[in-house]
Amino acid sequence: MTTVKQTEVPDLTRDDASLRRFLHGLPGVDQVGAEARVAMLATRSIKTTAKAWAIDTAISMVDLTTLEGADTVGKVRSLCAKAARPDPIDASCPPVAAVCVYPDLVSTAVDALRGSAVRVASVATAFPSGRAALATKLHDVRDAIAAGASEIDMVIDRGAFLSGNYLQVFEQIVAVKAECGDTHLKVILETGELVTLDNVRRACWLALLAGGDFIKTSTGKVTPAATPPVALVMLEAVRDFFAVGHERRGVKLAGGIRTSKQAVRYLVMVNEVAGEQWLSPERFRFGASSLLNDLLQQRHKLTTGSYDGPDYVSVD
Amino acid sequence: MAFEYAPAPESREIARLKPSYQIFIDGQFRDGRGEAIKTINPADESPLAELAQAGPSDVEDAVVAARRAYDGPWGRMPARERGKYLFRIARAIQERGRELAVLESLDNGKPIRESRDVDVPTAAAHFFYYAGWADKLGYAGFGPEPQSIGVAGQIIPWNFPLLMAAWKIAPALACGNTVVLKPAETTPLTALVLAEIIAEADLPPGVVNVLAGGPEIGAAIVERAVVGAVDKIAFTGSTDVGKTIQRTLAGTSARLSLELGGKAANIVFDDAPLDQAVEGIVNGIFFNTGQVCCAGSRLLVQESIAEELIASLQRRLATLRVGDPLDKNTDIGAVNSAAQLARIRSLVAAGVDEGATYWSPPCELPERGFWFAPTVFTGVSQSHRIAREEIFGPVLSVLTFRTPAEAVEKANNTPYGLSAGIWTEKGSLILSMAAKLRAGVVWANTFNRFDPSSPFGGYKESGFGREGGRHGLEAYLDV
Repeated sequence: MTTVKQTEVPDLTRDDASLRRFLHGLPGVDQVGAEARVAMLATRSIKTTAKAWAIDTAISMVDLTTLEGADTVGKVRSLCAKAARPDPIDASCPPVAAVCVYPDLVSTAVDALRGSAVRVASVATAFPSGRAALATKLHDVRDAIAAGASEIDMVIDRGAFLSGNYLQVFEQIVAVKAECGDTHLKVILETGELVTLDNVRRACWLALLAGGDFIKTSTGKVTPAATPPVALVMLEAVRDFFAVGHERRGVKLAGGIRTSKQAVRYLVMVNEVAGEQWLSPERFRFGASSLLNDLLQQRHKLTTGSYDGPDYVSVD
Repeated sequence: MAFEYAPAPESREIARLKPSYQIFIDGQFRDGRGEAIKTINPADESPLAELAQAGPSDVEDAVVAARRAYDGPWGRMPARERGKYLFRIARAIQERGRELAVLESLDNGKPIRESRDVDVPTAAAHFFYYAGWADKLGYAGFGPEPQSIGVAGQIIPWNFPLLMAAWKIAPALACGNTVVLKPAETTPLTALVLAEIIAEADLPPGVVNVLAGGPEIGAAIVERAVVGAVDKIAFTGSTDVGKTIQRTLAGTSARLSLELGGKAANIVFDDAPLDQAVEGIVNGIFFNTGQVCCAGSRLLVQESIAEELIASLQRRLATLRVGDPLDKNTDIGAVNSAAQLARIRSLVAAGVDEGATYWSPPCELPERGFWFAPTVFTGVSQSHRIAREEIFGPVLSVLTFRTPAEAVEKANNTPYGLSAGIWTEKGSLILSMAAKLRAGVVWANTFNRFDPSSPFGGYKESGFGREGGRHGLEAYLDV
């Protein structure tokens, strides 16, 4: 809820003081009220046909992720096979939206997913801490894109944000976006390190003004990661950004979402806070690994009527 | 892609609805000697159950039984023993919580989400809270050994049938009084199930009597207070009836507490947390379909953000789900009665006639039953009837202000004074506004929050006396 128009962006980001004035002029977020709102939304009862729709939609929104030091070519290939065909015995199960890996494994994922609709996303910019020179970060992005990534998940400089150097954060995002060109850019705010919902709202606007295609909660390496109040504030941000004349940008929740119940609750939140225009993989994603198997098990249960347990889905 | 929520109805079997219900006098359930009626479901006008209502001679029996219990076992009982009974009732309300919630939604028309998440748990919480006070009354600030009053006649409304019964019965019993309770004519069922709970808790006969009946039964109870057979009247309901009761009791020794109407101002400053303010506005006026005496029915919004806030509010209202009260996803249920619906319609028509701008989100209302779409009037003036009279329905009147002083002036410019809301991120403004608002309850950055430890009650035509908290004890003690 603010009245910034697209044409005003250069003015807002003219210098640190202007940007600070704008970000600190955004309406505050009352933590207690935000928690009450998400608690109310969590009481929505999604059953039968609605649940089936929500589970398939959630599957199609998963960025199936592996971001471990121990990742190997074999692990990534296995994950890609799962991504393209989550349920090998049921062709009606949609593929996930993307596979998300470190830059050095992008080419492996691209090869493995050739011919499928699944995109390859890569973290970059000295993920997860973002503690590197800008040139190094940009080099990271360039490598990932050169290897075939069609989506880049960057991290913001939380240190700069928390010390109030908003313009520095802004300019880095702008630089990464320039490096990306047409490649889809997701901006990870690492909300667990920003702590307050006021900070989350400011970081959302900062990333949106800088040109991020998506705003994303977390790296998955910090606790807490995606939480319902944070998701609420981020969905409000993209809704309000659109309401003042910009395009619809996306939201990605990552970290800590493991169950279908959580995923369905988030879809309810997307539906009632941002609106149904956001209920698409183009505008909403779940960054997750174990979530997919829980969605598949719930899907089996809905189609067969019985819950067949964790050994009936592949562990990749 | 549209996310259509499939119907998710709570089973009405859970309510264990009986074909007929009886009034409760002196520990016994029996048919009343008044008119037999059928109570209906306001969501579809279908009959729910039969009930032989109380007649005037039942009032006499109940008052005599309450006196006997007061002079007998209840009056002599050590306070800590009284407390045990209240704890027992509180636990039983929790144990039968789902049943009570579904029954309340059937009889009242409110969404199951509210009866399940607010009415029933808060009712249990009131019994728990006052159970704790029973043996600590000497520490409540009313002297070392405050004494009970005697027999309390309690008349409650239809908007929170079970919760209002709990608000009335729990402090009265904790203080050592006995009770003759009259639930509202259109919503007697949960109070009668509460009577079952009380009977099963093994309270001595006559400590609590529940007389379902119409206004004439309420009047008969008040008449018993005029002659001294009842020592105290506690009434929650309309200001008109409250005035009549006060006139009737003038010059008698009967004590009186009144919780009456309201026309609360919900005041939003330009530095408010706007998304939460929108939620607070929605909760303020659409909670329980606006049938709440402390409803935030007047939105006072600072002029500089009015347009933006109203746009956000309208967008939010478009997501409200109006319909079957038993559906777990319903936000707005039915209006309680045909009479209430008629009142809402006539005041809304007055608003249109007076030139305020009517707005309602697109929503389909069920064909049968008593339904009214959520409504917002903008361009409302202080002089409009919709800004002055209590509508008691899902109708919000939006007014604007320029300065804090103007907000205070407009908020206080009403014959009522039950509640108010303040929305700002500035703590000092909250404190200065709260000190100036003539309202019994002032909420800051929230609205319609109820807690048994917090006193509730009005200024001016909203009544007098406090319910809840330590203050709520005073209404049932001889102080």
